Amino acid sequence: MPGAPGQARRRGQGWRALTPWLFLLVPLALLITFTYAPIADMVAYSFTDWDGVSPELHYTGGHNYAEIFTRQDLFEVFFVSGYYLAASAVQIVAALYFATILSFKVRFRNFFKGVLFFPSLINGVAIGFVFLYFFQDGGTLDTVLGLFGVHTGHAWLGTPVSANISLAGVSVWRYTGLNFVLFLGAIQSIPGELYEAAELDGASRWQQFRYIIAPGIKPVVTLTVILSVSGSLSVFEVPYIMTGGATGTETFVTQTVKLAFQYNKTGLASAAAVVLLLIVLAVTWVQRRLVPDDRADLV
Amino acid sequence: MNRRTTALATALGAAALLLAGCTGTGGTTKAEDAKAPTDPATVSGTITVLTQRTDLVADGTMDRYAAAFNRTYPKVKVKFQALTNYESEVKIRMNTDNYGDVLLIPGVVKKSDYPKFFASLGTRAERSKKYRFTDFTTVDGKVYGQSPIGVMPGFVYNKRVWKQAGVGQWPTTPAEFLADLKAIKQKTGAIPYYTNFAAQWPLTSWTFVNGSVHCDTGATTKLADGNPWAQGADLRVGDTLLYDIVHQGLAEKDPTTTNWEASKGQLAQGKIATQWLGTWAIIQFQDAAKKAGVNPDDIGFMPFPTQVGGKFCAVVGPDYNQAVNIHSKHKEAARAWIDWFTDNSGYDKDNLAISPLKNAPLPVVLKPYEDAGVKLIELDDTDGAKVKLIDSESEVGINTPDYRQKLVDLARGVGSGSLDDFLTGLGTKWTEAEKRVGS
Repeated sequence: MPGAPGQARRRGQGWRALTPWLFLLVPLALLITFTYAPIADMVAYSFTDWDGVSPELHYTGGHNYAEIFTRQDLFEVFFVSGYYLAASAVQIVAALYFATILSFKVRFRNFFKGVLFFPSLINGVAIGFVFLYFFQDGGTLDTVLGLFGVHTGHAWLGTPVSANISLAGVSVWRYTGLNFVLFLGAIQSIPGELYEAAELDGASRWQQFRYIIAPGIKPVVTLTVILSVSGSLSVFEVPYIMTGGATGTETFVTQTVKLAFQYNKTGLASAAAVVLLLIVLAVTWVQRRLVPDDRADLV
Repeated sequence: MNRRTTALATALGAAALLLAGCTGTGGTTKAEDAKAPTDPATVSGTITVLTQRTDLVADGTMDRYAAAFNRTYPKVKVKFQALTNYESEVKIRMNTDNYGDVLLIPGVVKKSDYPKFFASLGTRAERSKKYRFTDFTTVDGKVYGQSPIGVMPGFVYNKRVWKQAGVGQWPTTPAEFLADLKAIKQKTGAIPYYTNFAAQWPLTSWTFVNGSVHCDTGATTKLADGNPWAQGADLRVGDTLLYDIVHQGLAEKDPTTTNWEASKGQLAQGKIATQWLGTWAIIQFQDAAKKAGVNPDDIGFMPFPTQVGGKFCAVVGPDYNQAVNIHSKHKEAARAWIDWFTDNSGYDKDNLAISPLKNAPLPVVLKPYEDAGVKLIELDDTDGAKVKLIDSESEVGINTPDYRQKLVDLARGVGSGSLDDFLTGLGTKWTEAEKRVGS
């Protein structure tokens, strides 16, 4: 019908406005079902005395929160996060170092990229089990040290300090690859002409890093730091699988899981989870304040 | 008893719950009975049986049981669901109506909630004539579950190694036990005692010394109504022995990286002399011996080293209790399965376990127990539910590994403080929780 082009266009525009929402429908549905609804539930449970299975639960108001903040022993575990925080500093530096080196022309570049990224592909539970063998008395670590003539006879997971350092080491091994890939991506998005120009001007590799790469990837580094800090506060798989929190390796999350599943205090555990969420949000907010998100501007 | 994957699976289950959350609370308050069918030929339906025995489902043993069951009940189809991490997976599923037709009652369910989740199998008065362990699942005179096997805690040990160390008889006191372990350390190359610290749950089995120390059927009631770590109390005696074993260097060098699967073979081969576990473990160690090419008869079993009136004492208790889901559409068929599995399947004999039938003889492996005149007792579980409540409330965790891991650390000299302070602290936490729960 030639008479109504305007109407057709309007209808088309209506559809066009709707299109993005249609695409968003599935991810939003998934996000709400598997993230926001459970969080809402968790917040609701945190005000009850639910044991996780009983059909009866009672509203207890802020009792769980009061308990969390009055029980010192629940917060002592945050000291353990210090080990992981230190480890994440090591991890970021190492990732940055490798990313920088491998962004230049190096022999077997892609091979090394693969080697570095590989650990992040392995399931955390599997990593836990692998490293249990690694740290065993007479296990891989002892064997390797033995090849160099070092026979320590040290129980790697035997004392709190040694155990926490070992576990933090495992998490460095696990997450360096991920940070490395993020950094590498950021470095490679820096225009190649800048390097060429710098090389023509006789800039050394260090100078290239200092004045081109470092400012160029600043937003990614900031993001990584934020992720590392919140990750250090909520360490879970590695200590849970490897030591189950024994020998002073308890973290806030393993403790929360124990509250929920060993002592059947689902209400209290939910409250603890909410508190952790708030702490992580607060830390992130402070970091964003200290290091504002400015765009990298190289040219 | 497939417990080796517990740690892994708990992690996964826990993570799944944290991620997915859980909504709604299932369970109704209607009380129903699962009556035993009168004529096997008329019972029909498909039932789902939940089990923790992933190994038996995988190797087809459970299907063989089902086939034998079908000879009596031809119209019932039995399907199995093996759950690697039984406790936490079932716990989550029990928030819906869909948790199989037959299941094992998870430890987390409060006894008083049994009638909301399970159909009754009959009255205690009637069932206790034939079966053991009925009071463990009795609520208001009705029984809600039945364990297909009875288990008894004790030391699994390598007879050859003990003999080699010059010990011919079971030690009768903790001091004698320690002396024997010392002899083993000096005269053989074996590790006298293996804690299995990293696998965690083997440490929790030390709680099962409860009752055997004083040969007291009321030991559970004492837990609910007193300090389990008072001088001379059962748990204090057990925990002190564990502490001494580790403190005197009679345990493995690095407990934190132990390996449960490997420990079976090592004990069978005589590299490890002793472990505190239960009768259920015997067959697993014998299998490990066969695999390692050594004599399975070397695997021995001995009671806790205390005597009352010159006799050893051992506590027989139920394993997981099987129950019928109150929402099941085929309750008769489900009940038929439980009855058949308990009475006729031979599951108890296949596992060298103690039969839940009162009139059945002891398994052959416990012949030495009969010879030595070990007195077998069953604990009165009237206050079992209260003990669980106190345990959770106090966060002591007598059925969780945490406090014994701390105890072992303390004994190794890693933790700070004395044994006495540690046990006193546990007692204080416990008795305070007792007051809160009691009110």
